Amino acid sequence: MEKDKVRLTELVHSSGCNAKLPPGDLDAVLKSLPVFPNGKLLAGYETADDAFVYDLGNGLSMLQTVDFFPPMVDDPVVFGEIAAANALSDIYAMGGDPAVALSIVCFPSCLPLSVLHDIMLGAIGKAKEAGCTIAGGHTISDREPKFGLAVTGFAEKSRVWQNKGAVPGDVLVLTKKLGTGITMTALKGGEADENSVSEALLSMRTLNRKSKEQAEAADVHAATDVTGFSLMGHSSEMAAASGVSIVIDWNRLPLLEGVKYAQFGFVPEGRYTNEDYIGPDADTSALDQTERDIVYSPETSGGLLLAVPESDAHLIDGWVIGRVTEKRDKNVFVKK
Amino acid sequence: MIEVDCRGLSCPEPVVRTKKALKDNAEIDVIVDNRASLENVKRYASAMKKAVNAVQEGSAWRISIR
Repeated sequence: MEKDKVRLTELVHSSGCNAKLPPGDLDAVLKSLPVFPNGKLLAGYETADDAFVYDLGNGLSMLQTVDFFPPMVDDPVVFGEIAAANALSDIYAMGGDPAVALSIVCFPSCLPLSVLHDIMLGAIGKAKEAGCTIAGGHTISDREPKFGLAVTGFAEKSRVWQNKGAVPGDVLVLTKKLGTGITMTALKGGEADENSVSEALLSMRTLNRKSKEQAEAADVHAATDVTGFSLMGHSSEMAAASGVSIVIDWNRLPLLEGVKYAQFGFVPEGRYTNEDYIGPDADTSALDQTERDIVYSPETSGGLLLAVPESDAHLIDGWVIGRVTEKRDKNVFVKK
Repeated sequence: MIEVDCRGLSCPEPVVRTKKALKDNAEIDVIVDNRASLENVKRYASAMKKAVNAVQEGSAWRISIR
């Protein structure tokens, strides 16, 4: 197979964060497993945080996360960049700085090795931009290509952000537009125009580093990033962990041009399983079908979602999309 | 009646095939076997101002687009 004939996206069944296992299925398995307590583990999977937090005992915390998925674009360099930005984001979402990473690769033996080289090249470049070194990895042969990173980062123990801690009166700041999952579904269907695609690719390739550094000047009460479980899922997790409710203003949501494809049925499969899982804890009755498609669709390499005092919101480049209230009967409400 | 069998296909392929079939035919039936495909084909047909009706047939759905 010639390199210029390779279409990575034609080799895979699903792509990007849309390839996540449905949240309800994963939750059922995790709840059925024993937990071995570890006094140094300050946050594990039971809190649904973006990374685990391990107390190094010297005022520093180690953060560890892993993320990998099948390609959503045909260009291997761009795929490597997006996969790396997406994995690194979990460290930024916890307030940390990525330091070292291991790559996780599934690669079809029928593809030219230059494709693997290009994926890795994209990832190494993006990791470098984050100040992070890819120090090793593991590669297996598989029918579908997949790529990602296991990332280790560090943060001062007192400065680790979690998805708990949001308090009534906080505003929610989102640092990237919504619509990557819908745009990439339209791209896979051969529908998406060049402008929509390049806007979505630029968004997915952008590190959340600058947002994290800006947010350090603010009093961040809770933080996460918006990825496979959609804006609704990640907001709901933050509200549940914090013991509050979140009210999102639909009219303030920043949207990529590509969300226009939702009305034509270019909606990622994960949108439906996300609503199954999150819907009972959310009120989206003010929205029409297309609007609901947008808030429940998986995002790939999405923005940070930060709960901060209203007076600090201006410190962060992004959009104030809602506010935190006392706990009500649902975790998340979307108003118009 | 043109029947577009999309069983075993995942999104967005059923929408792509529906679009293709509607280019040459005003009325088609699309068969899908998962809910995301059902919802997405219905969205496409509705956006094309078509009348849509879906009936479950065992583990699949027949979507009539008129």
